[in-house]
Amino acid sequence: MSALAPVSQVAGDPGIHPVASAPETQKRSWTAYLLLLPGVLWLGVFFLLPLVQLAAVSLQSRYPGFPGYYYRDVNFSNYAAALTDYAPHFARSFLYAGLATFLAFVIAYPLAYAMAFKAGKWRNLMMICVIAPFFTSFILRTFAWSQILADEGWVAGTLNFLNLLPGGAIINTPVAVVAGLTYNFLPFMVLPIYASLERADPRVIEAGGDLYANGFTTFRTVTLPMSMPGVLAGTLLTFIPAAGDFVNMELLGPQRGKMVGNVINDQFLAIPGGYPVAAALSFTLMAAILAMVFLYVRRFGTDELV
Amino acid sequence: MAGFREARGDLRLESVTKSFGDFVAVDGIDLHVPRGSFFALLGPSGCGKTTTLRMVAGLEQPTAGRVMIGETDLTGSRPYERPVNTVFQSYALFPHLTIRDNVSFGPKRRKEKDAAARTDDALELVQMTQFAGRKPHQLSGGQQQRVALARALVNHPEVLLLDEPLGALDLKLRREMQVELKRIQTEVGLTFIHVTHDQEEAMTMADTVAVMNRGHIEQLGPPAELYDLPRTRFVANFLGQANTGVGAIEDTDGDHLVADVLGTKVRILKSRSQVHEGQVLFGVRPEKVTVSRKQPDGVGNDVKGVVRDVSFLGVATSYLVDMPSGTTWSCYEQNLDVEPLDLRPGDEVWLTWNPGHAFGVAVDEG
Repeated sequence: MSALAPVSQVAGDPGIHPVASAPETQKRSWTAYLLLLPGVLWLGVFFLLPLVQLAAVSLQSRYPGFPGYYYRDVNFSNYAAALTDYAPHFARSFLYAGLATFLAFVIAYPLAYAMAFKAGKWRNLMMICVIAPFFTSFILRTFAWSQILADEGWVAGTLNFLNLLPGGAIINTPVAVVAGLTYNFLPFMVLPIYASLERADPRVIEAGGDLYANGFTTFRTVTLPMSMPGVLAGTLLTFIPAAGDFVNMELLGPQRGKMVGNVINDQFLAIPGGYPVAAALSFTLMAAILAMVFLYVRRFGTDELV
Repeated sequence: MAGFREARGDLRLESVTKSFGDFVAVDGIDLHVPRGSFFALLGPSGCGKTTTLRMVAGLEQPTAGRVMIGETDLTGSRPYERPVNTVFQSYALFPHLTIRDNVSFGPKRRKEKDAAARTDDALELVQMTQFAGRKPHQLSGGQQQRVALARALVNHPEVLLLDEPLGALDLKLRREMQVELKRIQTEVGLTFIHVTHDQEEAMTMADTVAVMNRGHIEQLGPPAELYDLPRTRFVANFLGQANTGVGAIEDTDGDHLVADVLGTKVRILKSRSQVHEGQVLFGVRPEKVTVSRKQPDGVGNDVKGVVRDVSFLGVATSYLVDMPSGTTWSCYEQNLDVEPLDLRPGDEVWLTWNPGHAFGVAVDEG
């Protein structure tokens, strides 16, 4: 080391180098900002402005006696209504989204594991099967589920025949909604988990076995922790859209006991003068999801995601 | 720990074969590694050395044959049941665990009561104590290498396997780690099996070297012995340089065979030749060859050639000499004379050697 020291001092060259490169650095940083500009503009116009608009709407008041008309105000009663009148809807949304996320995880992890480590030549085919549903619309696929789960369908038919369906039906029940949510968001769980497993060095997993961990212990202490970034991404990508979803409830769910997404949808489109409440509900939902995600990432997060 | 096999003694491979489909990676090798020795498996990539190592670790199961430590047959047992640990080529440290947790992984799985103390000792041994709280990605390659070594050594395995552990390090660090590994091996007294394709690394570190090629062990012995008397053409060429020539054995002269090689008569001690009739590949190491401008006295063991290239190396000058048969020989002139030979490309020179240094191996091979 001592023999190398003079060489590295010469290479450091502290006197001249920074001065010579200063204008170049300046130029490069301007280029970076220019490159960011389209993205920033896009976000400003299509994300930030509507958000501010929505925030303003959420604080407006209705004209008494004129349904459908409202005026600019700073009125937090919309938020109070959102929290008191629609608390059950929020609870239902988070419960169904949570269940769907859990089920998707239970289905997706073994699938992703098999694709990453066991599939061999079948891997690409399995990947296509996971992605294939994206070639048709979300709404159409959910309609298809209303057929599959219908009373005359083979699922309900078989279960009824075996006397395994206490209520007699699946369609128009919360079970159908959770099934639909699980199905629709499954690929968003599979793909990140697969990516993180596929990236894991098989030698590291072998090292677990070499260091006296049997198959299950190696999975618990090495493979699963190494795939946590993927699990975290997958659960967020499933839970967040599922909590705000209204299509599955609309097409597969019961008439009563809707999710908050349906309330927002109805308030915006069906109820005259519902805009302020819908906006307040939207903001409350967003805040609740952000808070949950923050706590969740704080608890399970890894360097890669935070 | 359920299934863990205590085993003490020498490592033995008995007729071990490993096939992957039609490809035979390891073809019926027998190996005996005495307890506490530093053993190197040396060979080019694809020769089966890593597969052999993985069968000792339990990461692969042999298609046929047995893997034994002492009197215990380990064939068919899982990696976690064997008193064997591996230092992987890419280190394979657990990326989500700190250095301390990486090293204590093994002792914790075996529910050792003094896991913490042993972890500290192992980190001390490889001088990584001050990095215990870091994650692997915060360390340099050389540091990760030390951690990988500590993670294996902490378990006091009966056999420690090293799979090209220095391959990813730069030359200077590699030299340092070679000395370091040798020191640690002497200190802990465990059996080390070191897989490498670097002949210099194998020769400087190991007590015994097994040269592997195409799933076979070509030759096995102390490094000096392999270098001095290679028994196959492959070993002669893979381990250091060799000046060679092919010719027919024509006669015997006492203890010597006389062969017609490179248009001259060369002598090989019978005990130093693997073939005693027909064609032979004659060889002599470059540093055993003397260069001179005039034909030396004596009969045979000298050849006239033309200098092709001269490289001044400081302690010696290296010459490449074109031989009459069309091959090129390499030799050195030690720079100890006041008046050096001062050869130039194109000069005619005589090369000579002591027949006691020559060796003969079978020609037809690979």
